[in-house]
Amino acid sequence: MKFTSLILANLFRKKVRLFLTLGSFAVALFLFAFLAVVKYAFTGGADLADARRLVTINRTSIIQPIPLSYRDKILGISGVQCITHDNWFGGVYQDEKNFFPQFAIDPENQRQVFPELIVPEDQWNAFLKDRQGAIAGAATVKRFGWKIGDRIPIKTTIFGGGAWEFILDGIYHGKRPQDDETQFWFQWDYFEERVPQRVKGQVGWYTVKLDSPDDAVRVAKTIDQDFANSPYETKTETESAFAAGWVKQFGNIEFLIMVIGSVVFFTLLLVTGNTMAISVRERTGELAILKAIGFKDGSILFLVLAEALAIALFGGLLGLGLAMLLIPVVAQALNGLLPNLVLSKSMLTAGVGFAVLVGVFSGLLPGIGAMRLRVVEAFRRI
Amino acid sequence: MVTVNTNGNSKALIQVRGLNKTYRRGGEMIQVLQGLNLDVDQGDFVAFMGPSGSGKTTLLNLLGGLDVPTSGAVSVAGDEITHMSSGRLTDWRARHVGFVFQMYNLVPVLTAFQNVELPLLLTRLSRSERRQHVEAALAIVGLPDRANHFPRQLSGGQEQRVAIARAIVSDPTFLLCDEPTGDLDRKSADEIMELIEELVSKHSKTVLMVTHDPLVAARAHMVLHLEKGVLVEASKSRQNATAGGAA
Repeated sequence: MKFTSLILANLFRKKVRLFLTLGSFAVALFLFAFLAVVKYAFTGGADLADARRLVTINRTSIIQPIPLSYRDKILGISGVQCITHDNWFGGVYQDEKNFFPQFAIDPENQRQVFPELIVPEDQWNAFLKDRQGAIAGAATVKRFGWKIGDRIPIKTTIFGGGAWEFILDGIYHGKRPQDDETQFWFQWDYFEERVPQRVKGQVGWYTVKLDSPDDAVRVAKTIDQDFANSPYETKTETESAFAAGWVKQFGNIEFLIMVIGSVVFFTLLLVTGNTMAISVRERTGELAILKAIGFKDGSILFLVLAEALAIALFGGLLGLGLAMLLIPVVAQALNGLLPNLVLSKSMLTAGVGFAVLVGVFSGLLPGIGAMRLRVVEAFRRI
Repeated sequence: MVTVNTNGNSKALIQVRGLNKTYRRGGEMIQVLQGLNLDVDQGDFVAFMGPSGSGKTTLLNLLGGLDVPTSGAVSVAGDEITHMSSGRLTDWRARHVGFVFQMYNLVPVLTAFQNVELPLLLTRLSRSERRQHVEAALAIVGLPDRANHFPRQLSGGQEQRVAIARAIVSDPTFLLCDEPTGDLDRKSADEIMELIEELVSKHSKTVLMVTHDPLVAARAHMVLHLEKGVLVEASKSRQNATAGGAA
């Protein structure tokens, strides 16, 4: 392009200012990416949720159990395709810092209800035959350097009995990059065998798979009605609503992130807009010359906008690149506390779009000012 | 009112008729130019002199299409420019006018070559064609070896030469020079004036120049004196210019 050398020369006119502006963009875009990732880590469960899945918990709290006997009753409701149940184990592996979620699962229906979590067939079969068997997510396996066949002692903090020993029979992977690969599953029968009498015959929650998402409201209502006025009343909602409700326990994360994001956006807009305005004001004489020798208003606007956009894009890409490098490090440092801490392509695209938007907005006002500059008046001023 | 007609024919390259320019300053109307008439032929070299505020630069701005008159008309090579839209006027300037300013007004972050190339970026010339034109212009002003120098690496005289190269690179119909030697020492000023004379004599350029310096003005074919927006005197005609009388 003919104007490239002119745009580049103007960009590098004040190198310190350029690098500071690029830096402010980079930091802002890094922050944007980081906030987006954290927001997704909290709320992504709702996005990943299957519209055909319902979650049934004890009406009082998810901490309170519900009877295993509900399973067959729920399965009998029309529109229910299959059902599985889980219990939270809450154990500690070696050190309390080594958190990862452990669930006693119902092997019979686990894969039908959660088909997005893939276990190789041979490993699954080995798991089914092994009462002490366990399946762990790839992220957790990688984190602790486990391999198939390893004996994994996990100390229970809820059910007593010291350390429970499991044998790693398989590793699951999520179909999507955002799928949680930190869970640890083991046989419900083994759990039932070892827990105290008071806990026996009880599950933490049910996950119900429907024939059609259209049945969700009706089935949820039916389940809760069926167990109304019983000692274990239930609360059934879609998996998406359940995940959203879970996040709400941490406060309104989305609102917080929106507020911080907006403050960053407008601060950035002001900083860059001010920088561009100063840069244009400093060049009043040069812009007047360009106009005098035949540069049209549109070309002048283009030159200013191109500069603003170049700064925005370079700074933005720098920040996003930094985020791509650092977010996996942060995720690792958090030891799986936020399993969905992943910078997705859509977040990167949004980041680039955000940078372009700020670039256009910040260049627009000074650009229009430069465009409207009257040559004669500009010469009078210089 | 002074009427100046450099050769008395109506086929002059530049024709100015009844040119008025009024500014509002505060609540007061200031008439900068009053009913000015002027004909300039192709290849003429005209100097405008006069005290500050006499309207010299305003006249130059109107002739160069940088400003619009309150009334009157300016025609250049048959194009009536006073009623052109801003966009058309910009195009017209790019094709017909070369500007040289007192402070050179080069873009400091561009090399001499890039500064001279600027007007050509608006044309359809290829990169190699642009290079040829720029090299030719720099050769005319005697700076073929300074192409890659930045303005800060050049002397004032050299900067003005680059500005002149920028003014002539697109082969405009005429040059407007506003105090082209105003910021230079005598030696550099003489060199610049020699160059401008050469552009007129060898390259048949038409030059209209504003200056305060009588020695510089003496180089022109004709010197027109402005006072309070009126052409009061036309002195010295080295070649074929003739002056009309005062009103």
